[in-house]
Amino acid sequence: MAASLRLKAAILSVLLLMLFLAVWHVSTLPKAGASVVNPEYAKLVGQQASTGQKSAFPTPSDFGAKLVEHVRNPFYDKGPNDKGIGIQLASSIGRVLLGFVLAALLAIPLGFLIGMSPLVYRALDPFIQILKPISPLAWMPLALFTLKDSDVSAIFVIFICSVWPMLINTAFGVASVRRDWLNVAKTLEVKPVRKAFTVILPAAAPTILTGMRISIGIAWLVIIAAEMLVGGTGIGYFVWNEWNNLSIVNILSAILSIGLVGMLLDFMFGRLQKLVTYVE
Amino acid sequence: MSFLQVQELAKRFPGSVAGTTVFEGVNFAMDKGEFVCIIGHSGCGKTTILNVLAGLDAASGGTVIMDNREVAGPSLDRGVVFQGHALMPWLSVLSNIAFAVKSRWPDWNRIQVQLHCQKFIDLVGLTGSEHKKPAQLSGGMKQRVGIARAFAIQPKMLLLDEPFGALDALTRGTIQDELVRICAATNQTVFMITHDVDEAILLADRILLMSNGPNACIAEVVANTLPRPRDRHDIHHDPQYYRVRNHLVDFLVNRSKLYQTGEIARPATAPLVQPGLHGGAETESPGGHKPVNVVNLRH
Repeated sequence: MAASLRLKAAILSVLLLMLFLAVWHVSTLPKAGASVVNPEYAKLVGQQASTGQKSAFPTPSDFGAKLVEHVRNPFYDKGPNDKGIGIQLASSIGRVLLGFVLAALLAIPLGFLIGMSPLVYRALDPFIQILKPISPLAWMPLALFTLKDSDVSAIFVIFICSVWPMLINTAFGVASVRRDWLNVAKTLEVKPVRKAFTVILPAAAPTILTGMRISIGIAWLVIIAAEMLVGGTGIGYFVWNEWNNLSIVNILSAILSIGLVGMLLDFMFGRLQKLVTYVE
Repeated sequence: MSFLQVQELAKRFPGSVAGTTVFEGVNFAMDKGEFVCIIGHSGCGKTTILNVLAGLDAASGGTVIMDNREVAGPSLDRGVVFQGHALMPWLSVLSNIAFAVKSRWPDWNRIQVQLHCQKFIDLVGLTGSEHKKPAQLSGGMKQRVGIARAFAIQPKMLLLDEPFGALDALTRGTIQDELVRICAATNQTVFMITHDVDEAILLADRILLMSNGPNACIAEVVANTLPRPRDRHDIHHDPQYYRVRNHLVDFLVNRSKLYQTGEIARPATAPLVQPGLHGGAETESPGGHKPVNVVNLRH
């Protein structure tokens, strides 16, 4: 029953993809009937484009050919404005992970503190409430001015956007550890550090991981915009650069790869989440 | 001097005018190896008393002295079996018990911890389930793990907060039998909350009866004169059984509420009664008991 449902869903998915490709194909078909153009102009821009027969938007087969090209040689480096899509993705992932790890190093211990102490919670709450809704990109000019390095600024922007979900989820998870478990630790005279690592951390781990999963998702969204601003390398910069090159087919490749990497990151954290989840 | 002494214990919550007194003037003592049950309706403060004994809650007045030391916080000397078993769901049965054992004896190596845990897992009849998670166990098995965890630290006193309340009758009976057996084998001092009159008669040496809250007190102490060993299957054939049972039920149904209204005066010290021996010259009295002491019942 479950297997047949899965099979049916897979068939439907493939059908939808084929439908999408068909619509795309039809809407980018060369227009029939050559229009009369100036032969001088035709010499200049090429026969097909000059007649308006070929769409400016790439066809599925153009896109497929480009993808094969990218996959065959993802790591070439022909100077600052022509690097393989693999290099671009790797530098984006590197920035995201660095900013994310730094954020986790701050947010998880601080979240622990907030969750355990109602005093710290109340004291920090107004700051968190004000800082949390600020778009991470709003920090960019300030970061560029103070850090004086575009690469470090991009990492800072990732840091600042990853911090909040982790901080809030950790604090919530720690604060809502079941009273019973804490009482068990109390009656066993468990020392605070051991209690933090053997009772509170495993009890709050699923909530903390949820926060991390939200954070990595947001970080991956933000890095594209951040890299469009700071330039240099990265998949966000690549998209912007290809817009300047008017290479729609490269932009499409970048969009697909952004989606795939985002899915992969989410999948990884989903796996981690499963590892620490417990059934009550 | 008794092993455990509870003197003038009170719990009050500060309120707008006079505040609420849950209970006050609670006095009782326990000897080493004694099994004491406390019975009373919800809201009389039984769990608060237990939590104060455990050191998890602070009383508003009075003192608790155990083994010549004042109870001033949680301690490994007092093991607690919680109402909702309170097992950590991410740990296996063995690890849950090992967590307690490592807290009690931090210097033990892994083998020592493992052997000690296994002994108590065997004792509660969970051999073979060592590596299961609590979610894979039935309610009765979970509560057994809770009991094994409390026994494993070999506390001077065991506190049970209505441990079998959530279990079906059959499971409850089996675990009660096990508790009787383990207590007899280890001569453990036990203080237990229960709502189940039959459970109290099966397990307890003495039963503390609490009047209704607020303003609850210990109204009577019933000496359970049924001879040991008691067997769940034929305990009701003992002529004392229904006399004790009727006395307890009568208290819970009729008398427990009369202390609030003053229809029955709150006793300064709860009188010790032996309803099992009451009027029963035909019952052979188990040796060494004080003469019959029955309070005047007013209805």
